[in-house]
Amino acid sequence: MNFDLTPDQQMIRDVVRDFADNEIAPRAAETDRTGQFPMDIVKKLAQLDLMGLPFPEQYGGAGADNVSYCLALEEITRACGSTGLTYEAHISLGCMPIYLFGTEEQKQKYLTPLCRGECLGSFGLTEPNAGSDAGGTQTTAVLEDGQWVINGSKCFITNASFARFVTITALTDRSRGKRGISALIVPTDAPGFTVRAGYEKLGMHGSNTTELFFDNVRVPAENLVGKQNQGFKQFLSVLDGGRVAIGAMGVGIAQACLEASLAYAQQRVQFGQSISKFQAIQFKLADMATRIELARNMYLKAAWLKDQGRPYSKEASMAKLYGSEIATRAALEAIQIHGGYGYIREFPVERYLRDAKLLEIGEGTSEVQRLVIARALGC
Amino acid sequence: MKIVVCLKQTFDTEAKITINPDGKINDQGVSLIMNPYDEFAVEEALRLQEKNGGEVTVVSVGGAKAQDALRQALAMGADKAVLVTAELAAMDEYSTATILAKAIAGLEYDLIIGGFRAVDDGSAQVAGRVAEILGLPVVNVVTKLEVADGKALATREIEGGSEVVEVPLPAVITAQKGLNEPRYPSMKGIMKAKKKPMEKKDPAGLGLDAAAVAARVCALEYFLPAPRAAGKIIPGEPAEATAALVRALREEARII
Ligand SMILES: Cc1cc2nc3c(=O)[nH]c(=O)nc-3n(C[C@H](O)[C@H](O)[C@H](O)COP(=O)(O)OP(=O)(O)OC[C@H]3O[C@@H](n4cnc5c(N)ncnc54)[C@H](O)[C@@H]3O)c2cc1C
Repeated sequence: MNFDLTPDQQMIRDVVRDFADNEIAPRAAETDRTGQFPMDIVKKLAQLDLMGLPFPEQYGGAGADNVSYCLALEEITRACGSTGLTYEAHISLGCMPIYLFGTEEQKQKYLTPLCRGECLGSFGLTEPNAGSDAGGTQTTAVLEDGQWVINGSKCFITNASFARFVTITALTDRSRGKRGISALIVPTDAPGFTVRAGYEKLGMHGSNTTELFFDNVRVPAENLVGKQNQGFKQFLSVLDGGRVAIGAMGVGIAQACLEASLAYAQQRVQFGQSISKFQAIQFKLADMATRIELARNMYLKAAWLKDQGRPYSKEASMAKLYGSEIATRAALEAIQIHGGYGYIREFPVERYLRDAKLLEIGEGTSEVQRLVIARALGC
Repeated sequence: MKIVVCLKQTFDTEAKITINPDGKINDQGVSLIMNPYDEFAVEEALRLQEKNGGEVTVVSVGGAKAQDALRQALAMGADKAVLVTAELAAMDEYSTATILAKAIAGLEYDLIIGGFRAVDDGSAQVAGRVAEILGLPVVNVVTKLEVADGKALATREIEGGSEVVEVPLPAVITAQKGLNEPRYPSMKGIMKAKKKPMEKKDPAGLGLDAAAVAARVCALEYFLPAPRAAGKIIPGEPAEATAALVRALREEARII
């Protein structure tokens, strides 16, 4: 048993922490207020080779492991939830399907520019009528004269406005239901493909969330990712990795809540002493710190299992379920510790709450995570 | 051009300093960083190398943990590292400079750069001593550096202004804040760092016996500054308040 990070993992975490403190955190409140996508920060992430962090160098990646990726993601999200979500969706949803299932040519052509940060990665699974039940995909792709003809729509898709192509799921064999789903790479400039960014969200204001519409969009046959009709299995395994990452994001937000709350509690004086001297406040901080430590260990274990090539589906769901729920809870407690100021935008904790809530929904709701865990228990 | 950078691992600038019952500084659980002034030195060396080609070697005298600071420099882009671990009961600037100079003497160099001081003991002596031992010119607190035709043109801070100094190479330059903005190590840089050579030595291996490196200065005592007392507000009309302030500064604070 060894709880030490490797020297590489430590240095990656420390460098990203420094970068996040100096370059990302000072911009987070403004990003939240204006909803402006922080493209300049994404460019800087690319300069540090973060946009391809866990992928091999031959595709422009940095060749680090998943533990390192999750550590980096925790730090970025601690500074700014929106930037964290942009980064997470790029790596876990955008790059990963191509890396895991793409042909060598597809990796050269699509994964390499993603790893270099030339464009953002995006993955279109969710549809108006297929959310938790993503097997109920209704978008269709029909092979005609060596081209896939795609019709349908997707909703809530992250990063697509800044993507050159989106990997989407579509029914390629209606008769087989969810076993007839395939993944396809669709260039965003293909005729008939519309990306619309118009959602007004509770939080994650600086993250780009879009709807996709496909009206007889044609892509070459070779844009199929991996084998035909394997899409369902593919996205389940993509989501496993993404769930570990969302767990790390939850820890990032919860850590930000703890840091803000501790600093505030030590400096705020009531009844002649700093409120951190009141046991009621201390217990909140102690519980927060304990849950953060547990959630961090959980995502690190799940990421480690993934790096070892071992099964990690159940642990991924646990990391996501726990990490996201403690983030929301930490944010609520952080607001309480801040009193009236917690409710005011001048302090960051109300933003933490609005950002954290998404983590209990995206990439499988808490209910879905409990279903996965229960299934792994044999229910 | 061959550049050697001297660097030291120090306490994090935000570390809380405490003193053990035995009177020594407590280093348990303190996070360690590369001395920030040495980061300017590493950055400057890398920029010169990017412009003129050559090689950057980073050298540190310290405990085994100092490899982390060296590895950070390798991740930023330095080519190789030398760590001299000295297990001495007491070290002073003389010991460190003697060991550093000996380690550097075995390397090829056109330029030696270091931070002008370390943020921990703040003595600002080591680089100057190294220059003296190696018989090289030294320019301190440099905020701008240009190197061409076997010469260095260094701008340095002086009281009330700055001074431009020209020295022949090889020379020792010490970095002041403002020299540059150090880069973050890139992720690829971090992954490559562990494949770069890190040579480990000790004073005996460099041909230095215990007497040659024994400290000349002995720290007798460490103590923390007195905790800051609460501030004081002097009430009243400006004229009276000013008089009271001056009296307090003279009689209580004794600073005027
Ligand atoms: C900001 C944001 C970004 C997103 N980014 C992406 C993206 O990049 N790509 C992408 O494909 N999708 C994305 N999504 C979509 C997200 O993954 C879905 O919203 C999520 O999976 C839930 O699906 P749904 O919204 O259709 O909810 P529904 O499935 O309709 O769920 C509604 C409620 O019913 C519950 N429920 C559903 N089924 C069950 C069940 N069997 N048992 C118990 N309870 C159940 C759910 O837990 C939930 O509480 C994003 C969403 C948001 C908000």
